[in-house]
Amino acid sequence: MRTLRRLVTPSALGKHTVLLVYTVIALFPIVLVVMNSFKTRNEIFDAPLAPPTAQTFSLQGYQTLIRQGDFFGYIGNSVIVTGVSLFLILLLGAMAAFALARYRFRGSRMIGLYLALGIMVPIRLGTVSILNTIVALGLANTHLALILVYTAAGLPLAVFILSAFFREVPRELEDAARVDGAGHFRIFAMIVQLARPAMAAVAILTMIPVWNDLWWPLILAPGRSTATLTLGTQQFLGQFVSDWNAVLAALTIAIIPMLALYIAFNRQFIRGLMGGALK
Amino acid sequence: MATLTRGAPRRRRFPWHLVVFLGPAVVLYTAFMVFPLFDSLRLSLFGPGGSGLGQFVGLDNYIRLLTHSEWAPRFWGALVNNFEFFAIHMLVQNPIGLLLALLLSSRILRGRSVYRTLIFAPTVLSVVIIGFIWKLILSPLWGVAEGGLNAVGLGDLFAPWLGLKGPALVTIGLMSVWQWVGIPMLLFSAALLAIPDEIIEAARVDGAGALRIFRRIQLPMIAPTVGIVAILTFVGNFNAFDLVYAVQGGLAGPEFSTDLLGTFFYRTFFGFQLQLGSPTMGATVAGMMFLLILLGVCLYLFVVQRRLVTYEA
Repeated sequence: MRTLRRLVTPSALGKHTVLLVYTVIALFPIVLVVMNSFKTRNEIFDAPLAPPTAQTFSLQGYQTLIRQGDFFGYIGNSVIVTGVSLFLILLLGAMAAFALARYRFRGSRMIGLYLALGIMVPIRLGTVSILNTIVALGLANTHLALILVYTAAGLPLAVFILSAFFREVPRELEDAARVDGAGHFRIFAMIVQLARPAMAAVAILTMIPVWNDLWWPLILAPGRSTATLTLGTQQFLGQFVSDWNAVLAALTIAIIPMLALYIAFNRQFIRGLMGGALK
Repeated sequence: MATLTRGAPRRRRFPWHLVVFLGPAVVLYTAFMVFPLFDSLRLSLFGPGGSGLGQFVGLDNYIRLLTHSEWAPRFWGALVNNFEFFAIHMLVQNPIGLLLALLLSSRILRGRSVYRTLIFAPTVLSVVIIGFIWKLILSPLWGVAEGGLNAVGLGDLFAPWLGLKGPALVTIGLMSVWQWVGIPMLLFSAALLAIPDEIIEAARVDGAGALRIFRRIQLPMIAPTVGIVAILTFVGNFNAFDLVYAVQGGLAGPEFSTDLLGTFFYRTFFGFQLQLGSPTMGATVAGMMFLLILLGVCLYLFVVQRRLVTYEA
């Protein structure tokens, strides 16, 4: 361990010990599941802590998943729903934040406050009415139902964070652009460009709960053709509960997309969450 | 730009650009968030109807929920469980998060960001997945937890906790703590890093130990974050559903011992197995949850935050 070689004062050693122990606690369950999903059934039970070897390696669980066939659909549904919601939240949120941050007009404080109320109140509490609306619009079991709800739920925080960032862009930049003949929309595009780190932070804060959500797919779009990965996995796990290879493989497939994104963008994730929380 | 126009001509041009920028967000937010919340409160004041709405019954549904033998035991049970669930998070999750943040706030510690990244990893995963993973680990069938306890000589402690009435809720609570500890850790980290180094250095030169620095400097300075973490935990916990549903199913077994307001709301509204769902009673449960969350947020805004402000002044 590179970290232990230098600076081995007792206090640093104590800190590393506690942190290492907690890191193991945090990662052990994830590693355990991923590891065992690549083993034969007997090995899963005989030696759960052993990593797969050439003899014990098996893709049996994944073969069951592929035969059952729905998982690609689930992943596709999740990508569509999360992607479109994210795009709408960022676009509409940035537009609203831009109007609130860069223009002075009567009622702007009121509108800002009105939009901010939704940060603290969970949208789930309106479920009964939302289901009525979605059914009345004929949108039950569609991607659009989920997208509308996620977008509405994500907007308050997005507007709140983005307007704080947009306010910090110096007015001179905007004035200069205006002198050059830029209209409202050109200036909007310019400010969004300048606030890209804030947009990334909002994207991350928004994406995690949408991708992982179980409640709305369960209530608005439980059908097989629209089920998201979280719901699909939940149903699959209930059904195949005794097929441990398949269960572990399904869990691994559900873990991988988020974990891969997290590993690739962990710096932005952490900074976005720490910064977003501070704002 | 409307108010910036000098000379104030009587008829200003209508600010169409503001409508274009604000309109879509305000309309969507109003239609799918604000309206449903109020409409749901309205529905909670009506009796059951065949296809449409029944009669206006005032607060009858709330009285039934709180007193009638068909609803009250489940409601109060879920409420008490929910407070216990919240207490577990406040007593275990947030102190651990704070401890980790304190350890990570030392600027000379190597590998800080690696630790932070790894410890935060479970938080990005779905609650459903986390619940199932822990269910497998605790399963006597697989024996990972039992084997682990045996290895350290505590094998006798093992029990199928999720199936036992007493320990099930604590077990679920600790799974949730395990997943979410990254959030308080990051929030506390951000607050601790914002404290100027000079203050802590000065205290250290004056001979203050780590504990004293924490109690006299760090804790008072991160007090606003303690409040924010508490209210975020509160809202999150009183809205929790996924974990219990994934691990114990909609009936929140054994014998409703892991029932939270979220699962109770789901069963009441949607129905489960033999029980028929009721939209109006579901709206009533949601109304109670709304009231609770509102109380919590108000308590935070008017008591906690106000005291913090006077403290800082």
